[in-house]
Amino acid sequence: MNANHKRSLLTVLMIVSFIIVSLIVLFPLYYMLMASFKSSRELFRNGLDLGIRLDLMNLENYRLLFLGQGSIYLYWYFNSLCITFLYTIGALFFSSLVGYGLGAYDFKGKNVIFTMVLFVMMIPLEILILPLYKLIIKLGIINTYFGVILPFTVSPMAIFFFRQYTSGLSKEFMDAGRIDGCTEFGIFFKIMAPLMKPAFGAMTILLAMQNWNSFIWPLIVLRTNTMFTLPIGLASLMSPYGNNYDMLIAGAVLAVIPIIILFVFYQRAFISGLSSGGVKG
Amino acid sequence: MPNLGAGPKLSASRLKKFFYSSKTAPYLFVSPFILSFLIFFLYPSISTIIMSFQEVLGFSATRFIGFSNYNRLLNEHFFNALQTNTTFTLSTLMILIPLPLLFAVLLNSKLMKGKNFFRAVIFVPALTSVIVAGVAFRLMFGELDTAFVNSIFLKIGLPAQKWTLNYATGMLVMVILAAWRFAGINMIYYLSGLQNIPEELYESADIDGANTFTKLRMITLPLLKPIIIYTLTIGIFDGYRMFGESYVYWNEGMPGDIGLTIVRYIYQQAFQRNDMGLGSAIGITLLVIVLVINLIQLKCFGLFKKDGER
Repeated sequence: MNANHKRSLLTVLMIVSFIIVSLIVLFPLYYMLMASFKSSRELFRNGLDLGIRLDLMNLENYRLLFLGQGSIYLYWYFNSLCITFLYTIGALFFSSLVGYGLGAYDFKGKNVIFTMVLFVMMIPLEILILPLYKLIIKLGIINTYFGVILPFTVSPMAIFFFRQYTSGLSKEFMDAGRIDGCTEFGIFFKIMAPLMKPAFGAMTILLAMQNWNSFIWPLIVLRTNTMFTLPIGLASLMSPYGNNYDMLIAGAVLAVIPIIILFVFYQRAFISGLSSGGVKG
Repeated sequence: MPNLGAGPKLSASRLKKFFYSSKTAPYLFVSPFILSFLIFFLYPSISTIIMSFQEVLGFSATRFIGFSNYNRLLNEHFFNALQTNTTFTLSTLMILIPLPLLFAVLLNSKLMKGKNFFRAVIFVPALTSVIVAGVAFRLMFGELDTAFVNSIFLKIGLPAQKWTLNYATGMLVMVILAAWRFAGINMIYYLSGLQNIPEELYESADIDGANTFTKLRMITLPLLKPIIIYTLTIGIFDGYRMFGESYVYWNEGMPGDIGLTIVRYIYQQAFQRNDMGLGSAIGITLLVIVLVINLIQLKCFGLFKKDGER
């Protein structure tokens, strides 16, 4: 009885502390949302005015984004959606192929290739932006979607993850496929890929999130403002001579929404996929 | 003419063999990586090493100048950037190792309710881009007395701060932004580690009469060590390549070198001042720093021992 009491008290205490942590964690997003409904003048009048005040709030900032001087924002949104979609599909396809190749087969040179994957993971890609920039110009894909996507489509992080995941799968499925007369690719597409669904779930979120939010590389590749992605476009609104806070904040709020929707849909797959794939140090 | 059909037939069966062979298939599977490695990694790596010894005049006009790009790195700005990255990395690690670990241990406890909900909520900041989150934090840490944090400061009797105009407070706002964004990711890593610890270990510890802290110290932490090392490695890696946290708070016109980081310095020299040789030299130096720190760190934690000994 006494021990039970102590336990339920502890539970309540823990829940209360996590509610407080959650409020702190979510606060900046709430703050941003509230700020997006206010004009700059209203925004800087009283910093502690955080409640929902229908009389002071309106959708003017959002109207400006779509119809006003900020309507270029729609280009940014469209570019971000296209780039993230193309990148995620491409990266899932190629990285799962490579990861599967490394995880499911034994072949000469396998360890060398895996070591290369690990090596690329350990190199900060920022050091390569200069030569990559020159390369992208030479290939004639500067200021295009492909310039943003191509160098990073085969993602070592995703390869590593898919490799860990597939090396845990039973090889008997592959043999069964061979007996039924499948090609090796048939085995991958028809039998193994469906078994890798949790891994695909986790990687969809992680790759999409990484690409949707990526900053330095698009900043270098994309030169004209109709080609900008959301982070680059929003950053371009921040100028040394005062910021366009109204549009900036409304734009930032809308920029989070697609990735949050994706997360809500894939949340379970994401968290269980990550733990089952095993991030092993 | 019996041989007429032999050519295509032969190649077709070869092709068939090729697709059915479990010997050749793995090489096809890994070929995208090999291609991408050669074109987008090896070639640029070699080219950046070469460029770091060159004066790059135009797009293709170059001249070898030995180590002078590296000599030019021995300047105040580079050391400021190095110091900023080091302070930033150490500060973020001091938050991003213990705090997510605490969250994970509590959220893994049997006593806890609503685990999935809290897990998801704490992860949400990781979904935001550094620019989007930075907009909110810039606003909250605005310079005016009426900005959010300054309003609170004034209310509790502290002086309002010009956050981005001082080195110490500038560092603080960068660290807070990074900590807010990355705590959830590390928590997920720790949670996945915790779920791999067999329950029996805790049960037998219970039988031996161990209390919660003993269990934490003797079972949880040692078994989580690989994951802790992983997050430490990633933390160092990310800390030294930080760019967005600085970019979102300061334009070119930052006072002094507040906010100048190593990658920012590469960007500034290579893209804004068109000094590609110096940019490459900074990049190579960054690479060496990250590799050396990680090697030392991995060695200290004994990661080079054989798998079984860990």
